[in-house]
Amino acid sequence: MTYDETTLAQLRDDAADIVSRYPVKRSALLPMLHLVQSVDGFVSPDGIRFCAERLDLSAAEVSAVATFYTQYKRRPNGEYQVGVCVNTLCAVMGGDRIWDELSEHVGVGNDETTADGKVTLERLECNAACDYAPVMMVNWEFFDNQTPDSAKQVVDDLRAGKDVAPTRGPAKVCTFKEVSRVLAGFDDGRANEDQGVGAPTLAGVKAAKAQGWKEGKK
Amino acid sequence: MTTLTPVLSATWDVKDSWTLSTYTKHGGYRGLKKALKKQPGELVQAIKDSGLRGRGGAGFPTGMKWGFLPPDDGKPRYLVINADESEPGTCKDIPTMLSAPHTLIEGVIITSYAIGCNHAFIYLRGEVVHVYRRLINAVREAYEAGHLGKNIHGSGFDLDVTIHSGAGAYICGEETALLDSLEGRRGQPRLKPPFPAVAGLYARPTVVNNVESIASVPAIIDRGVAWFTGMGTERSRGMGFFSLSGHVERPGQYEAPLGITLRELLEFAGGMRGGRPLKFWTPGGSSTPIFTDAHLDTPLDYESVGAAGSMLGTRALQIFDDTTCVVRAVMRWTEFYKHESCGKCTPCREGTFWLTQVLKRIEKGHGTPADIQQLLDTCDSIAGRSFCALGDGATSSVISSVKLFRDEFEQHVSTGECPFDHAASALFTYSDSLEGAHA
Ligand SMILES: Cc1cc2nc3c(=O)[nH]c(=O)nc-3n(C[C@H](O)[C@H](O)[C@H](O)COP(=O)(O)O)c2cc1C
Ligand code: SF4
Ligand code: FES
Repeated sequence: MTYDETTLAQLRDDAADIVSRYPVKRSALLPMLHLVQSVDGFVSPDGIRFCAERLDLSAAEVSAVATFYTQYKRRPNGEYQVGVCVNTLCAVMGGDRIWDELSEHVGVGNDETTADGKVTLERLECNAACDYAPVMMVNWEFFDNQTPDSAKQVVDDLRAGKDVAPTRGPAKVCTFKEVSRVLAGFDDGRANEDQGVGAPTLAGVKAAKAQGWKEGKK
Repeated sequence: MTTLTPVLSATWDVKDSWTLSTYTKHGGYRGLKKALKKQPGELVQAIKDSGLRGRGGAGFPTGMKWGFLPPDDGKPRYLVINADESEPGTCKDIPTMLSAPHTLIEGVIITSYAIGCNHAFIYLRGEVVHVYRRLINAVREAYEAGHLGKNIHGSGFDLDVTIHSGAGAYICGEETALLDSLEGRRGQPRLKPPFPAVAGLYARPTVVNNVESIASVPAIIDRGVAWFTGMGTERSRGMGFFSLSGHVERPGQYEAPLGITLRELLEFAGGMRGGRPLKFWTPGGSSTPIFTDAHLDTPLDYESVGAAGSMLGTRALQIFDDTTCVVRAVMRWTEFYKHESCGKCTPCREGTFWLTQVLKRIEKGHGTPADIQQLLDTCDSIAGRSFCALGDGATSSVISSVKLFRDEFEQHVSTGECPFDHAASALFTYSDSLEGAHA
């Protein structure tokens, strides 16, 4: 492994924290792969060896798991993972067009990264936000009700180094590495940040109120 | 007119709805207090009596599932929450956990107490990072308030909760694949039996339940079984989310008694976009056979939807108007199943590949008349022959769309092109000069 001593010490501490959450050590593997991505920006050969060593697995066993899941990247990932949902509902509502225009605008295709290392584009499957279609995700934050222009603006801003806020979620989109650390289970203190609740989430509550329903009325 | 019944969503429009203080102010954790005064067996019986059925798709009676656990042998048993929400169209668990994570946490505590579990897991899909933050935060708040940890409120009951993030694989929503994934393996389904109730996580007795199922438990315990059975239909009790998406004026989450109809829901949602005609819709996500406007008055409960030839599934109503090409829609869903097939069994792995090839060909106008029968034949060799329900689900939209819209498939073949203007289906306007860039 080529990690320097400080990095390795931190990784070991974090790995111990993750392992302590489970009755059986091997369960720590998925969060540990997220942890490795938070340091290396992808599942590196070093990261694989690190997981194997901590969990008493072979490197082949770790690789077999890592390659099964789409969120684990085999090559250095862009600082921002930009996914356009092209599952049926979003595709029909405009996701296909957003993908076409965005991909042409950025000049890269599916699972490719811009030369400046900023943006990796991905054709996404349904991200459980269909009531906000067409949907785009940046580092797994919600960008709801997109248009080709709004999507291009987001990517331009990210590449220009500006802070970008999702439509639902925290005050700004964090980097791929930062977000990977959260997915490994390490709190970044942003849970109480909020961009407000979107209209679709509240559509039913609002319609119920129009019917005379009051919260708390049993 | 059926009345909407916000229960889980009741506080979503309140300021800082995700915090413990807001939740408690609005009656949160009252159910837990009541539960801890009862015997675990009484709670299992109450959920049986409530008629609550699993909200994750299959509709299995929740109390009965809990009752399948073998008697306590002094060793661990587990509760695992399925928060993998990835069935296309399904978008109810994510807003629940984002806006009111404590409904789930309270449900987890009550359920764990009822089934004798001291360590519960929430398996969240990895692609929703703010939801993960909210869950971690809610669990921490619950520990600080003494709702979690050792000797909860002096009851002698201990519980720890671990939030676990997946990493992008639809199949991990299948409960046994989920357990393998939680054990740090590739997420592939296990042979059943043994069922998780007997040998689940770490080969110990395990209950796997959907987010919405467990989030419904506190209200049932707090307000009583009779309150819950007062909603819904005879064999489909209570309320549930109906998630409307697509060509409707106001898509979103509508919490209503089971048995409401799409016609009624559309009324709440402001009708179809621009008053256009409804063409087809999924009653329960992309794995359920599609419906048309002939099913506007079908009560959306398990029995009625089943009798009409589909499944209530996750109540994910993806709604499409007459601008939508059904071949395109089905092709995309099928591509999804091909992409998500875990590869363990041949009928699904190979079958979804061939379905996608043929559908793509037809959609592009390169199909032959024999291709339509080929689709049905391929479905025949997948459905009922696959290792898990993903394979069956992959065939639902294909078979039902050929049945309902065969002429549209034939038209693609005979005219050699798609008769629809895709731009007309989109929410924004564009002209068609870019098609085919970097696809
Ligand atoms: C391919 C596939 C994907 C599934 N995805 C989910 C899911 O994302 N969430 C869920 O709760 N159930 C999902 N299920 C259903 C689960 O296997 C299981 O029935 C459910 O979690 C049980 O909980 P319930 O009884 O509370 O509904 C899926 C099933 C299959 C076959
Ligand atoms: S049906 Fe598909 S997803 Fe299920 S086990 Fe077989 S290959 Fe895997
Ligand atoms: S289809 Fe795009 S979020 Fe569901």
